[in-house]
Amino acid sequence: MNPLSIEFLVASAVGLLTAAGIYLILRRRTFPVILGLSLLTYGVNIFLFATGRLMVNAPPILNKYADVAYTDPLPQALVLTAIVISFGMTAVVVMIALAAYLSARDDLIDMPHHPEDEGEDA
Amino acid sequence: MNHFLIAPVVLPALVGPFIIMVVRHHLDLMRIFSLASTVLLVAISLVLAAQASSGEIQVYELGNWSAPFGIVLVLDRLSAMMVLLTSVLALVVNLYVIGSGWDKRGANFHALFQFQLMGIIGAFLTGDAFNLFVFFEVLLIASYGLMIHSGGTRRFQAGMQYVVYNLLGSTLFLFALGTLYAVTGTLNMADLAVRVAEIPAEDSALLRVGAVMLLLVFAIKAAVIPLHFWLPASYANAPLPIAALFAIMTKVGAYAILRMYTLVFGPDLALTEGLAGAWLMPAALITLMIGAIGVLGSYRMGRLVAFGAITSMGTLLTAIALFTPEGVTAALYYTVHSTLAAAFLFLVADLVTERQGIEITAQRVMPQSGLIAVLFFAGAIALTGMPPLSGFLGKLLVLDAARDHDLVWWIWGTVLIGSLVTILGMARAGSLLFWKSHSITETEVDPTVAQDHQPHQLHEDHDSSAHGKVAPTARATVLPFVACFALLAGLVALTVFAGPASHYAEATAAQLFAPETYIRAVLGEVTP
Repeated sequence: MNPLSIEFLVASAVGLLTAAGIYLILRRRTFPVILGLSLLTYGVNIFLFATGRLMVNAPPILNKYADVAYTDPLPQALVLTAIVISFGMTAVVVMIALAAYLSARDDLIDMPHHPEDEGEDA
Repeated sequence: MNHFLIAPVVLPALVGPFIIMVVRHHLDLMRIFSLASTVLLVAISLVLAAQASSGEIQVYELGNWSAPFGIVLVLDRLSAMMVLLTSVLALVVNLYVIGSGWDKRGANFHALFQFQLMGIIGAFLTGDAFNLFVFFEVLLIASYGLMIHSGGTRRFQAGMQYVVYNLLGSTLFLFALGTLYAVTGTLNMADLAVRVAEIPAEDSALLRVGAVMLLLVFAIKAAVIPLHFWLPASYANAPLPIAALFAIMTKVGAYAILRMYTLVFGPDLALTEGLAGAWLMPAALITLMIGAIGVLGSYRMGRLVAFGAITSMGTLLTAIALFTPEGVTAALYYTVHSTLAAAFLFLVADLVTERQGIEITAQRVMPQSGLIAVLFFAGAIALTGMPPLSGFLGKLLVLDAARDHDLVWWIWGTVLIGSLVTILGMARAGSLLFWKSHSITETEVDPTVAQDHQPHQLHEDHDSSAHGKVAPTARATVLPFVACFALLAGLVALTVFAGPASHYAEATAAQLFAPETYIRAVLGEVTP
């Protein structure tokens, strides 16, 4: 495949974003995890965009007077919805992470074990 | 077109913003509007259930755009049953929350509650896969707010995990939907069913990937092993009455599995034949067992019931994974039962933790100990599936439906041993809480328990830190008990009217296994 074709570029962008996102959400602190979630949503948005096939210079509108190329408008609507939702979700997760950090004075994503728990486990 | 069909989605969608924008400073008004809305929802869903019980499938085209192009809401027996279950549960939980004053302990409870209902009911009614995603997000974003209601360090941390886990699930959902759209060019469920059936086997690799990703997404929602990790921590650390409402959320996952894998990737479809069942069955059995062991090992009320809920999800998904009409009949009956039973036990757990903290330990006798003991006993019987209540009938239906399955001995063994282990766990918790406390005198309690538990509670759970010490003066309010007894009455009714209930479930299963009617109702004339 031609390494400069648009398919190759889009596919590798989705792959890179997803790989980086998964790496980051496996970290132990909330900040990288939130960054990872954002990267994953960027990855999935580009992926959704590509599900209607990749077209260059084609409007997402049918033209009934001329027989011109058009691109599938539905994925663009889906992507818009997904962007709005992921934007809202990111805001929520940042607020909750901030609340957890301020109240625990620690941004570890694990729940801390209480000494009492360990006593009962042992 | 029957505009009534969209009423259960629109009503909470209007009442929620109204509460938050107009009456947010008046607790009484918030309660009145919230309660009125839930009562109306019960009435609406009763009407819808009556309409659906004729067997006719109703379709509502939003904006009057016809089916594969616009979004549709579809009302069949399954949707009507789930909507009715949701609204009844919501009414009871709302009564409990108002009675126990949980809604005073943080802001905007009632508005979030309405949004949560809108999301859940929308997810049950929609006939479009992307719209299902949107309603999932609506119910999730409301549940994030409810989960951390009234705050506290541990609740925020558990909430953080819950949110991250579910955001990952949502991302996977989008990947799955994108894959399905790329292959079929549609996201309307009925249209998907038609298109999927037309795809030649040699081109179906991508489609099967999409089907498996979708199954994973719903398995996350339904808390199937190994994707259950979010459930115990988040349910146990959420306010327990809210966990009672969340009992319906795992069922949304089960519902979505049932819907997609009977309608779109049906059991007769050669491409994905046995795909869902073959993976789901062992996972469901392990879920059941892990849940039972978790019940036995829990030393906190919230976790005890959360693992109980996982056990019942295991049983439910075992029945679904059979993918036979008998299995689905059993699953539907068990869905109603296990939702009511898990919610009931969450409410009882809240009664207990309000009086003596979150630990399952023998402390001094709590106020209204006798009444709560009766409720706990009934709830434990229901959740474990012991004879007098509907859990027994539900499990019997599941066992009976599994008779012809290849793994029948595994299924019977796991369900029965799992029940036994759950009974042991519940019996241990009940005797510690309600019997052993009578043998402890005041002098024994004060130095040991009070000192041990006080710092831990202060650190961990802000709102229960007070009750550890001042428990005996807790005033009895009637409304929480009314809510608990209402759920118990529901369980008894489900047992007494087991005949009509299982007939309804049977008819629903028959409808699910004849997807042609659904497709014809949505798309009109089907091209052969």
